[in-house]
Amino acid sequence: MDWVANIDTRIKTQEKENNMNNKLFKTSASTHLWSVLSFTSLLTIFPLAAEESITVVSWGGAYERACKEGYFDSFEEATGIKINIADFNGGLAQVRAQVESGNIQWDVVDIESQDGIIGCDEGLFEPLDEIELPDGPDGSSASDDFLEGSISECAIGTVTWSTVVAYNATTYKTDPPSTVKDFFDIEKYPGRRGMRRTPEVNLEFALIADGVPIEEIYETLSTEEGVDRAFAKLDTIKDSLLMWEAGAQPPQLLADKEVVMTTAYNGRIFNAQTVEEQPFVIIWDGQVRDFAQFVIPLGAPNMENAIKFVQHAALSSSQAGVANRISYGPVRLSAWELVGKHIPTAIDMRPHMPTHPDNSKTVLTNNPAWWAENKDNLFERFSAWLSN
Amino acid sequence: MKPQNYSERRGRWIPIMLVAPLVAFIGVTFIAPLGSMLKESVYDAEVANTLPGTVALLTQTWDRESLPSEEIYRKLASELIERSTEDRSVIGKVANRVNRLVPGTRSVWGKTARKLKNIEASDFRATLIDIDDRWEELELWHGIRQAGQKFSSRNYLHALDLEVSDEGNVVRVEEEKRAYVTLYLRTFYVAVTVTILCLLLGYPIANAIANASPTVSKILLILVLIPFWTSLLARTSSWIVLLQGQGVINDILVAIGWVQDDQRLSLMYNMFGTLVAMTQILLPFMVLPIYSVLNSMPPSYMRAAASLGANPIQAFTRVYWPQSLPGVYAGSLLVFILALGYYITPALVGGTKGQLISNMIAYHINNNNWGLGAAISMIVLVSVMLLYLLFDRWIGINKLKLS
Repeated sequence: MDWVANIDTRIKTQEKENNMNNKLFKTSASTHLWSVLSFTSLLTIFPLAAEESITVVSWGGAYERACKEGYFDSFEEATGIKINIADFNGGLAQVRAQVESGNIQWDVVDIESQDGIIGCDEGLFEPLDEIELPDGPDGSSASDDFLEGSISECAIGTVTWSTVVAYNATTYKTDPPSTVKDFFDIEKYPGRRGMRRTPEVNLEFALIADGVPIEEIYETLSTEEGVDRAFAKLDTIKDSLLMWEAGAQPPQLLADKEVVMTTAYNGRIFNAQTVEEQPFVIIWDGQVRDFAQFVIPLGAPNMENAIKFVQHAALSSSQAGVANRISYGPVRLSAWELVGKHIPTAIDMRPHMPTHPDNSKTVLTNNPAWWAENKDNLFERFSAWLSN
Repeated sequence: MKPQNYSERRGRWIPIMLVAPLVAFIGVTFIAPLGSMLKESVYDAEVANTLPGTVALLTQTWDRESLPSEEIYRKLASELIERSTEDRSVIGKVANRVNRLVPGTRSVWGKTARKLKNIEASDFRATLIDIDDRWEELELWHGIRQAGQKFSSRNYLHALDLEVSDEGNVVRVEEEKRAYVTLYLRTFYVAVTVTILCLLLGYPIANAIANASPTVSKILLILVLIPFWTSLLARTSSWIVLLQGQGVINDILVAIGWVQDDQRLSLMYNMFGTLVAMTQILLPFMVLPIYSVLNSMPPSYMRAAASLGANPIQAFTRVYWPQSLPGVYAGSLLVFILALGYYITPALVGGTKGQLISNMIAYHINNNNWGLGAAISMIVLVSVMLLYLLFDRWIGINKLKLS
C-alpha cells in the first residue's frame, strides 16, 4: 500500500489547507477507491455553520437524549459552541476510515472501553492523558475522583453501564431466579434464554455461574482449560439459547415472552421498567460493568473546542445530569451526591444504578485490555460453537 | 500501414471516447476494488516495513527452536524505539497483526516500546524479558517471523479452517475452532433453498400477472412491487411480529384451537424462519424477470399447441415452460447471488444458527482484518464464478434474459 500512502499524504496536505477555510465535503481519489466506508460519507451533508461548532458522535435513542439534556445543552449555553450530534453503532471502522483518509469529520466520539484501547494503540485518537480535568464539587482532584479504569491514555470515562440478566416478573409467580447461576440452571428454570451474539460477557457469565471467583475470571479465561470450561458451561444451555444482536431486542423479547430470561444492558431494562411500565426485574448478581468513554479522533478539525467539550463532559454535574435521566452511573465518586430523582418520572435513581452498593455485591469489571488481545480468536471459537 | 487521414482517425476515436466513461466507471467501481481485495488477501507489508531488520534476521539466522540470539533482540529493541518515536501508531499496527497469529500478545508491544525509551540496556534479551516475560515465548517470535512475510497464503488457510502444523503440513484446525467451512456450506444451502422456493412461488405469480386482464395485472404488479420498495429491516421485523411464539400466526392457530396455548409452534429462531423471511424478501427478483419473459410471449403459441392436440400439461411442458426458461434462469441467478450476501435477516430470525458467511466478512472488516475478510470474499466469489461457468457450460449464458 506504499503508493496509496503516498497519494494519501499528498491529499492530506491539500485537504488540511482546504479544511481551514471551509467544511464543504470533498472526496479524494484515495478515499473513493480504498475505503468503502467513507463512500457512505458522500451522502453526508454538512451544515454550513457560520458559528463555531463541533461534531459529537453518540449512540442515538434514550441514551443520546439523556446526554443532550444532561450536558450537551449546558455546554452550548456556556460556550456558544454548537454541537452537531451524529449517531453510530460503535466500532472503530468509521474512525479508522476517517483518520486514514485524512478526511476527519468527527470531533468527539462516545466509544466502548475496548475500542478506546485498540484505537489508541493504532494511533487513531489524540492522547488525552495530558489534558486538565476539572475538580469535583467537593474539591477532590480528578485523578482521585474518577473510578479506576475509567480513564485510559486516549479516553475519558463518561458513564458506567452493565450487562445484567433480566426476566419478566409475570413469568415466575414463585421463587424467581436471583443469580447468574440460575440463568444457567436449565432444570430449575426451563425455557429459552436470550444472549448477545458475541463471546464478550457471555464467557464471563459462564465462568461466574460455574463457580469461578470474580477476581479470577480473566486469569481463568487466559488458559486454554479456562476457555474450554466456559464453553462447556455454555453447552449446558445451548439448546435453549436465542441470540440477540442489538440492545433494543432483549426488552422486546422479554415483553413478547419469547425468552424467560435474557442478558441485557441495564439502561434498556430500566427504560422499559419506567417509561413502558413493563414488569421486568434485573438480577444484579454477577453484573459485568463497563465504561463508556470519550475520545477525539487524531487530527479532529475542531480540536480546541473538542477538548473543551470533553472537559465539560467530565464535570460531576454533567455525569449526574445523565444519571438523572437514564440508569447509567457516573464514573466520578463526587457525582454520586448529585444523583437524585429521575427527571421524567421522579423515581429515585440511585437503586437503579450499577454502582449502587446493593447492586454491587458481586460485580465484575470488564477487562477491555484482555478482550482487545483475545476477541478475534474467541469470536471465531464462539461462532464455531454456535454453528456446530 | 498507410497513413490514415484526419477524418478516419477521428472516426476511430469517437466510439472510444463514448465508451471511455463506462470503462472508467467499471474500472473504478469494479476492477480496482476486486484487484485491491485480491491483493489485501495475500499481501501485507506492515510488519515487514516496520521491523525490516528484525524480520530479516529472524528469517535468515534464527534456528526456530531456541530463543533468538542477542543480536535479534537488540535489533528489535532499536527498531521499536526508532519507529515508535517517528509514529506511535505503527507499533499498534504491528501489535494487531502479530496478535492475530499469537492471541494474547497485543499489549506486549506498546508496553515494551514505552519502557525501552527510559532504559539504557546492554543485555537486550534480559531487558526485554524483564519488561515482559512473553518475550521468552518462542510462539511470539514465530508470530513475528510469519507476520513479517509480505506475501502469504495464511488468510486463505485460515478462511478454510486450515493451518500449517509444526511439521510444515497443511492440516485442519482443532474441531472446536472450525468456524468457516460450515458457514460456506450453510450459506450455499440457504441460497439454493431460497432460490427453489422463490421459483416455486414466483412462477405462478408471474404467470398470473402476465395473463391477467390489464387492470388486474397492474394491481398484482403493484402488490409485488410494494414490499420490494419497503426497507429490508422493516420487512424482517414484520416477519418477527408474524412468526414469533406470541406472534400473529401462533395467536390465530391458538384462537381457532389447532394449537394448544402451551405448545405454540417454533416458527422462527430456526432455519424455517430464515427461509420464510428470505424467500419473501427476494421473491420480486424472481417474479419480475419471469414476468417480463412471459409477458412478451405471444398467446397464440399456446392456442397453436392446443389446436395441434396437446393437452394443457403437454402444452405447458413442451411449449410454455421452455420458452419461459430465460426468465427462470435470470431470476434464479439474481435470487441466488443476492441470497449469498444476506446476513441481517438470518441474524435476526435465524436463532443460534442464524450466522452466514457474510457475518464473518462484516466482522473482520469492522475489526480491521481486511486480509481475512478479503480472503473469505474471494472464496465466495470464486465459488460463484465456478457455478457460473458450470451454468454456462450446461445451459449457455446467452439463454439468460434479464428483461
